[in-house]
Amino acid sequence: MSCFLCNSSLGKKLVMSVTGCCLVLFLLFHMAMNLVSLISPEAYNTICALLGANWYAVVATVGLAALVVLHFVYALILTINNYRARGAQRYAITVNEPGVEWASKNMLLLGFIVVVGLLVHLCHFWSKMMFVELCGAEGSMVGDAFVHATDGAALIAYTFSKWYNVVIYIVWLAALWLHLNHGIWSMVQTVGWANDTWYPRIKCAAKVISTLVILGFMAVVVVYFICSLCGCGAEVCTEACCAGH
Amino acid sequence: MALKLDSKTPAGELSQKWSNHKAAIKVVSPANKRKLDIIIVGTGLGGASAAASLGELGYNVKVFCIQDSPRRAHSIAAQGGINAAKNYQNDNDSVYRLFYDTIKGGDYRAREANVYRLAEVSNLIIDQCVAQGVPFAREYGGLLANRSFGGAQVSRTFYARGQTGQQLLLGAYAALNKEIAAGSVKSYPRQEMLDIVVEDGEAKGIIARNLVTGEIERHGAHAVVIATGGYGNVFFLSTNAMGSNGSAAFQCYRKGAGFANPCFTQIHPTCIPIHGTQQSKLTLMSESLRNDGRIWVPKKLEDVEAIRKGTKMPSDIAEEDRDYYLERRYPAFGNLVPRDVASRAAKERCDAGFGVNETGLAVFLDFKTAIERLGKETIKQRYGNLFDMYEEITDVNPYEQPMQIFPAVHYTMGGIWVDYNLMTTIPGLYAIGEANFSDHGANRLGASALMQGLADGYFVLPYTIGDYLSKKIQAPKVSTDTPAFAEAEKAVKEKIEKLLSINGKQSVDDIHKRLGNIMWNNVGMARTKESLETAIAEIQALRKEFWSDVKVVGTADSFNVELEKAIRLVDYLELGELMARDALNREESCGGHFRSEHQTEDGEALRHDDKFAYAAVWEYKGMDVEPEMTKEVLDYEFIHRAQRNYKD
Amino acid sequence: MNFTLKIWRQKDAKSKGGFETYKVSNISPDTSFLEMLDILNNDLVHEGKEPVAFDHDCREGICGMCSLHINGHAHGPSQAVTTCQMYMRKFKDGSTITIEPWRSAAFPVIKDLVVNRGAYDEILQAGGYVSVRTNSVPDGNAIPIPKADADESMDAAACVGCGACAATCKNGSAMLFVAARVSSLAKLPQGRVEGARRAKAMVAKMDELGFGNCTNTGACQAQCPKQISIAHIARLNREFLAAKFQD
Repeated sequence: MSCFLCNSSLGKKLVMSVTGCCLVLFLLFHMAMNLVSLISPEAYNTICALLGANWYAVVATVGLAALVVLHFVYALILTINNYRARGAQRYAITVNEPGVEWASKNMLLLGFIVVVGLLVHLCHFWSKMMFVELCGAEGSMVGDAFVHATDGAALIAYTFSKWYNVVIYIVWLAALWLHLNHGIWSMVQTVGWANDTWYPRIKCAAKVISTLVILGFMAVVVVYFICSLCGCGAEVCTEACCAGH
Repeated sequence: MALKLDSKTPAGELSQKWSNHKAAIKVVSPANKRKLDIIIVGTGLGGASAAASLGELGYNVKVFCIQDSPRRAHSIAAQGGINAAKNYQNDNDSVYRLFYDTIKGGDYRAREANVYRLAEVSNLIIDQCVAQGVPFAREYGGLLANRSFGGAQVSRTFYARGQTGQQLLLGAYAALNKEIAAGSVKSYPRQEMLDIVVEDGEAKGIIARNLVTGEIERHGAHAVVIATGGYGNVFFLSTNAMGSNGSAAFQCYRKGAGFANPCFTQIHPTCIPIHGTQQSKLTLMSESLRNDGRIWVPKKLEDVEAIRKGTKMPSDIAEEDRDYYLERRYPAFGNLVPRDVASRAAKERCDAGFGVNETGLAVFLDFKTAIERLGKETIKQRYGNLFDMYEEITDVNPYEQPMQIFPAVHYTMGGIWVDYNLMTTIPGLYAIGEANFSDHGANRLGASALMQGLADGYFVLPYTIGDYLSKKIQAPKVSTDTPAFAEAEKAVKEKIEKLLSINGKQSVDDIHKRLGNIMWNNVGMARTKESLETAIAEIQALRKEFWSDVKVVGTADSFNVELEKAIRLVDYLELGELMARDALNREESCGGHFRSEHQTEDGEALRHDDKFAYAAVWEYKGMDVEPEMTKEVLDYEFIHRAQRNYKD
Repeated sequence: MNFTLKIWRQKDAKSKGGFETYKVSNISPDTSFLEMLDILNNDLVHEGKEPVAFDHDCREGICGMCSLHINGHAHGPSQAVTTCQMYMRKFKDGSTITIEPWRSAAFPVIKDLVVNRGAYDEILQAGGYVSVRTNSVPDGNAIPIPKADADESMDAAACVGCGACAATCKNGSAMLFVAARVSSLAKLPQGRVEGARRAKAMVAKMDELGFGNCTNTGACQAQCPKQISIAHIARLNREFLAAKFQD
């Protein structure tokens, strides 16, 4: 069994599907967690503390990293295979077939954008949180201030006060949205739980899930950016504070 | 020396003949089967099913086809269905009734014993195909569905939408693949048989051309089976595939095999009419359409004019102004008369000036009544793909306006003469399916071609070939390093060289179209002594022209489609003449062969059983030499021959 | 109607090919696409030039032989038809039409527009059949099959093996073709018996022959002349994975 996951095209795609599914579940969790920061930065920091350099959090992080690497490496292998299968001589003219989504043909490109975004994201947050703790430090300098490793809310506030970060995150999330749009229904197709009756439903569900995920993330980015503009000094505006502007 | 024709029909009661025969013929032991080689040319229903079955038995089989895959054989295009005497509909069908309908449909010009055997094994075919995973149409209860076809009053046709031939062929092709995987069959796609090798009076192999590289190859075997279908493309325009040809069969004829009833050509009544001179082929609309469609032309000539001019739409013609001529002339069978009858009736109306398109060569096939009775959805379910195809080709929506149809060449009942064992007059050379002459007489009923191909391949040949091969178990592997092979190869190469060297002015298609015109005008739906004599003279002249003025570009040692076509046209140019000669000889009308001199007062075919109750078997005597005809008298022991009657 | 044709010409499998431009004129709109090529070829023959080689046979959309990539579409811009069922009325008068052979590593060009699709045969030989011997079968009505199942089986069985799916797929994947056969047999009790074996063997052969991996773009289904649904690919995935997890 182990071999068909490496040798067979369908086995490899199963790996893509399962890792993809796990990553979607992680995204849902992450998104939910982020939303907490909008309601209460303190509660959010409590979660951050919980997910610091504790053994279970580290194991989960390593697992997550492995999922990403697997998903990415398999994608590369499959794409190289696919490129070869297409043959040396290419069509002079190609068109977009009706009913074929752009995203479905550009998953690798979207994946690249997602990974680059992920690296930026890790620099912004993980390197200043779990990584700092793993190194045995209390916190690190972010901008001009010392930020404690469990003070996620402060990091968010700092990061999204910069307009260029906001742009980077929006591009990243848009790519992720497209990637998920195709990825979510595709993983159901790959494990064979689809048919003509269910395609519209599955594709609709995929759109809903990916949109929810992206809206959740986007909300945090946008709200914190607006808050930074209003300059009230709070990590996140309370209604009373913003109402004044 | 005249051909010696021994049909080897077993004695005894009709229903016992096949059982008795099987019990009497020899079998080959498994150990010996491994030592015996069989070549099968053609991979349609007959060829593929024979190759699969013989491979299963343990013979070493080589199978050849001209297409890129065995699955492309033209059996795939059969739409309507396959007959079997299952009596699943409880409408009093039986083996005898299927036998009787087939003999009668063939206008009493087939061999009784063969036809009975065909009806007898028909049921096995359905069982076999179901087991192979052929998705036949089913009823809600999960059991097999049937439809009706022309020439029968029972519902005995099994079908898979409008793609029955495709599904049956995919079944046989799958069985063939199973044997290819098992190593008992070796497949040679894109290879064309160019000659049969006969040594010591027995078939010993073939000369084939690799169509990709142009290489000429020798293949030896203990027996050779020809399953290459019919020669309808003699007419240039027919419903056959572009590549379908009569050359393999014709090489057998050249090498001494008798060719029987070459003039028996089936003109199918429901084809899409010709649109112009550039047309390459005719498209068949399944006969099953006649189940629900009604055929008519206007009663008044002014309506015909109006439709031609486009000032009136066919749907504008009132019910009382329509002439449902089949229902009028043949009340008992109505629109479901056999094909030859329906075709001639269409011709009769068009000759009288009632043809409904610009060329005057079309009649209507109308679904108005059926749509009113059953609803558009039901009709769509039954014929949706055919309707779509019609609209794609003609740009007319058949749900709203009636289809236009006209007869076209579809099938050739004539073919290589075979005995009851399906062996030709050359020992070791067999012919099955449409390539032989045996089962359909002068006219084939709808849904019977698939039946015959599979019957021969699955259930007849695998037994009968053993009888011959049992005598070959001591024979060593056939060597291809013999003078006979060398000579055949040399002749083939010389022919190719000659064709490439003429470098004249006319393309192969130019000449083929001219041949087609001669054939259609003179050896088509209605033939006369004069027309046939004209045809013979014109074909002879055209043949001379071909050999002096054809232009074949390209080289011998490459993929060269023009050369392939030229090689086939060489044979058509002789086959056409043979067909005309046979038609000239047969001074009667029967089935698809209609001699205008021989008709009843109301225009029906008039047989002369006293003089022509035989199969005319022709023996080749040389390119410009008149062939010699030998008769196989068709003794009707069990059936009383009667004037065919589809009126009451 | 008049057209300018840009056609891929390649002498044989080993030679390098290239596009050549031809003109055809006085084409009736009712002429089929292949008849238009016949006319061109007849002209070429009269000029003493080699005609364009292209695969075709039945010309009624069922044999699966024709295989042209026209203006970027497998089987041309019309939906649900093979090349031979394309009519010139679908094209704009005076337009340029680009004609290429199937492009896929597993379908090498033999000459001009003709490719070798033997790989599809090989995949079917790996297991696209029910292992029954001639004459050792029960009565056709012995096993009732629900109409819906038989119909779905037929939907998949409509595949003509033309190769448009792999030719269109950006990954050169033959999944729709393999799925059509596996799915058609999987829907019938006769085919179920060796369903697991078949799915594994055919997928293994498909991989071995160098076809790509399905990324569920659906391009194959969009270009399939028989409109075979990718739902059959889902069934193939199911069949294959179920078989593998039983190992």
